[in-house]
Amino acid sequence: MDPLDMESTPLTASIDRRRAMQWMFAAVAASTALGQAPAGATISQHTPVPKGYGTDPDLTKLYKPGDLWPLSLSETQRTSAALICDIIFPADEVSPSASSLHIHDFIDEWISAPYAPQMADRQPVLDCIAWFESEAESRFKAPLSKLTDDQRNAICDDVAFGAKSKAFQIPARNFGRFKFLAAGGFYTTPEGMKDIGYVGNTPTINFDGPTPEALKHVGLA
Amino acid sequence: MPIISVSQLAPSYDVIVVGSGAGGGQSAYTLTMNGAKVLMLEAGRNYDPVTETPMFQTNATAPLRGTSTSDKPFGFHDSTIDGGWNVPGEPYTNASDDPKEQFTWWRPRMLGGRTNHWGRISLRNGPYDFKPYSRDGLGFDWPISYEDVAPYYDKVEMLVGVYGSNEGLENTPDSPEGILLPPPKARVGELLAKKHAAGMGIPVIPIHRAVLSVRQDAENIPAKLHPGNTKAQAILAASMRARAACFWATPCGRGCSIKANYQSTTVHLPPALATGNLDILPNAMAREVVFDANGKATGVSFIDKVSGKEVTAKGRVVILAASSAESARILLNSISTRFPKGVANSSGLVGKYIMDTVGAGLGGHIPLLENLPVHNEEGAGGHVYIPWWLYKDQLAGKLGFARGYHIEFGSGRNMPGMGAGAGTPGYGKKYKDEVRRNFGAGMGFSGRGEMIPNEESFCELDPEVKDKWGIPVLRFHWKWSEHETRQAAHMQKTFAEIIEAMGGKPGKPKPNGADAIHQGGNIIHEVGGTIMGAQSNKSVCNQWNQTWDCPNLFVNDGGAFASNADKNPTLTIMALAWRASDFILEEMRKGNL
Repeated sequence: MDPLDMESTPLTASIDRRRAMQWMFAAVAASTALGQAPAGATISQHTPVPKGYGTDPDLTKLYKPGDLWPLSLSETQRTSAALICDIIFPADEVSPSASSLHIHDFIDEWISAPYAPQMADRQPVLDCIAWFESEAESRFKAPLSKLTDDQRNAICDDVAFGAKSKAFQIPARNFGRFKFLAAGGFYTTPEGMKDIGYVGNTPTINFDGPTPEALKHVGLA
Repeated sequence: MPIISVSQLAPSYDVIVVGSGAGGGQSAYTLTMNGAKVLMLEAGRNYDPVTETPMFQTNATAPLRGTSTSDKPFGFHDSTIDGGWNVPGEPYTNASDDPKEQFTWWRPRMLGGRTNHWGRISLRNGPYDFKPYSRDGLGFDWPISYEDVAPYYDKVEMLVGVYGSNEGLENTPDSPEGILLPPPKARVGELLAKKHAAGMGIPVIPIHRAVLSVRQDAENIPAKLHPGNTKAQAILAASMRARAACFWATPCGRGCSIKANYQSTTVHLPPALATGNLDILPNAMAREVVFDANGKATGVSFIDKVSGKEVTAKGRVVILAASSAESARILLNSISTRFPKGVANSSGLVGKYIMDTVGAGLGGHIPLLENLPVHNEEGAGGHVYIPWWLYKDQLAGKLGFARGYHIEFGSGRNMPGMGAGAGTPGYGKKYKDEVRRNFGAGMGFSGRGEMIPNEESFCELDPEVKDKWGIPVLRFHWKWSEHETRQAAHMQKTFAEIIEAMGGKPGKPKPNGADAIHQGGNIIHEVGGTIMGAQSNKSVCNQWNQTWDCPNLFVNDGGAFASNADKNPTLTIMALAWRASDFILEEMRKGNL
């Protein structure tokens, strides 16, 4: 199955058309503001012009997904994204699941952002979501949400270690982008930082250097 | 008399300083502490690191997890404001379409300029570095020697606070006893590299960094820096007491609200403002230096970005410290019938011999660092480095390139950002275990090497393109010579050998030096363009950063560098700016300016 085929990924196709319309209206709104209204166009005054945070944002403010530009995953896509996040990052004895940390919202923030590199990740991520759902349907006749962990993992096995065969090349690549975002999102949270053993960002009077245990570990003690 | 608007400009000043970074900040400091009335013009906005620095913000609370964007090219929390490789409305051009022959120009638009986000690495040029032509017949000698600059290195290190150690190595100067602050301990990865590099004859020593590892000696330093000047001593003592020691958290590139590292906005400008002798006018984009009929500089014409109007400020002396390329641009744009090629350009050398630092990098995975017991390794960047160690082989012609490099390297369990966990295959619990095992096991090595000035690397005015205020912009020409590309290849080879000696697996080096070397300008060590020399027909400035053609016009940024040693330029910019400012004060006292 070719995931770039629009017929096989209705989820992707519909959302992208909707988003494309949103952006087109925004562009038209922008041009109208400059006094160049295209003939016959009806413009919604409430459509935000997608733009970044600019070159002088408030650096001390705490931001969350959706603060700066609208998120754009549909509810269905969002649910699927959360499930894929949890396939990659299930809860274990060290840290909670990715979805409980809203990593899917971060992915939504990323692919909804008005910057070229993030925009380039949009389609691969949407295709990844659509691929998991269509694989769930074709292999187990159920949506991803109804599958057991083993069933979900069976799908993931085909793309998480490189492409198993040529047919999996593009899904594997798309999964790679999804995982890049999920991992960056996860390990930057307080829970993810703790999981990985990062204990910095704490003021200390002196820099004490390595612990005796750490030195011993590398044979320097 | 702190931050002013155009309507508050005084009729005239003793000195106008264009730019507020290392060169401008140091110039304003030295001049105002000694009573000169100074106007500082800054093209960007006012900026207060005390209230604007994101000190403990994590990537999770930044847009896109803090990742770089076209708006914030060094990441969201980097201190740079309104700047980067591109500044909206302020283009520059390159003569070549080939990226390898292009110069990339980093500019911020904020008070303090690049000193707000710089790496704080503060290495002195050594004796060889001021006389490179005498040593190997390439490039140019400076008209000054290490001995001329050494007292100013001492002063700058005492003023800004630099940690490090004296190792007595070749062309790697020691500071007089008692000047350097104690260096922080090395991290595990740094110690491991030290152990294995030693077997290769490569020294790993504490780096010098403009960070207060302990608080400054506010009791004694002010009298050493300003003998007989009790007002300056009191102001400096208060300024030093307002600075805290580093608390070993949050990256220096964000700036520092507790003033534990050097940035012009926390170290130079507060005491300069406290003298009452400094006016700072932000949002003032310098266009040109203006002159009287005798060719004497009378002031600076600038665009007031607030009103969009062109305004002229008047002064007895003009110091350009706008960044080397921007200062060259101002000189080239100062065109009159008297100066048809731009001012200070009778030699035709304004904009010529621009230099950056040679940069190449390689990373690797070090299995010994896997599963390291959890501990905090953060604080103040790298704690050690490798100074150039092959002076003798190089002089004997054994290396195939003429100048050296130092190595900065990083290891450690640093705050995760985008990319964390991405390189580990798989998913699920096993994958999470793998990522835990590998955290902090990567090491990155970066070479920072000397570029020899050449005829094909220069900037000039673009004949057509202007910025949004109608000021002609710079067009760059760039070419590395084989001295640089071979050096870059040597860097990658060395990094791979060190990583392998540590039992690690290096990344794949580029096939050749021309591919390994970073693009011109990438290292943001932009110097040259108004080089100093002993003869007026072969240089733009004399040994006092004073332009040969116009005695009351100075270039106190990196523009006056006659060579660009591997040592990071900021400390030398400050030392020379202090020295030039002392000269200006003396000449004003004598009535020569």
